[in-house]
Amino acid sequence: MCDQASVEKLKAKFSSAVLDVIEFRGELTVMVEKGRIVEIGTFLRDECGYDFLCDLCGVDYMGQQPRFMVVYNLYNITTKQRLRVKVGVDEQSASVDTVSGIWSTANWPERECWDLMGISFNNHPDLRRILMAADWEGHPLRKDYPVQGPDREPYQSRLS
Amino acid sequence: MGVEQNQTLGNGFITTSLDKLVNWSRAKSLWPMTFGLACCAIEMMATGAARFDLDRMGVLFRASPRQSDVIIIAGTVTKKMMPVIKTVYEQMPEPKYVIAMGACASSGGVFDTYSVVQGIDQELPVDVYIPGCPPRPEGLLYGLMKLQEKIMQERNTFGAAIGFGEVVKDA
Repeated sequence: MCDQASVEKLKAKFSSAVLDVIEFRGELTVMVEKGRIVEIGTFLRDECGYDFLCDLCGVDYMGQQPRFMVVYNLYNITTKQRLRVKVGVDEQSASVDTVSGIWSTANWPERECWDLMGISFNNHPDLRRILMAADWEGHPLRKDYPVQGPDREPYQSRLS
Repeated sequence: MGVEQNQTLGNGFITTSLDKLVNWSRAKSLWPMTFGLACCAIEMMATGAARFDLDRMGVLFRASPRQSDVIIIAGTVTKKMMPVIKTVYEQMPEPKYVIAMGACASSGGVFDTYSVVQGIDQELPVDVYIPGCPPRPEGLLYGLMKLQEKIMQERNTFGAAIGFGEVVKDA
């Protein structure tokens, strides 16, 4: 169930901030501008009924520009419609404004995103590591993080 | 029992017997710390339950490290978990033993990654390694029997208990 109406409303309100709309196999993805994610999130919650943030995650597209992507998976509990909002994040200024003020469930996923991907969230109430140990260095889910850890020689397979 | 015990305590007959008594009492009432980490813990629980029945060997799981003699590291140890295990180990009174149960505790197993300790022996003195992924209850029983044998071969346990010298662990 694609919610074209909400996307049209979003486009009308934030014409400059909506960078792209992709529909694939009945799923809608909206690429938006990073700086306006809080405005857009508030609009989507209040005007379009996306009252539930299913998940928030980070993606590392190493070698591309921008390198990171933060993905917001939204759900409208009343109409059972889903919408995916994506925001590109540069490597240099790897930070996004927090949406935990809009959907308070975003608190922990944003901490996880910071912990594992190194994307920080401005104005987050409690941006600490959530999965790795508190004194951990680095962000292990980044593509350039060695799988066996930075303090070990990379594994050489028996065949190589 | 060794003749060299005479140098430590004098009377060979009595001291060797007491060592044997101490070793026997320690080996036959090995109380493990209740501490499971992964699928190995399921096998450990099965070993403790009715079918394999660790109780018949005097192995009773205790809920406190203060009452435990042995800690069975049953499962994958992450680097975040390691300080907890070290704390629990340090809370156990002497004499204390460590069993590395399964591939993960022994070597990191398939989890050759940044977050997993590559073998518990990097941090704790392991007495018995049990291979398997996870080991069957028979494997854990065999490992415990091997630990009992090891304890029975210790020297000067009584002497060390009353303040003469150190326990000689090598057979």
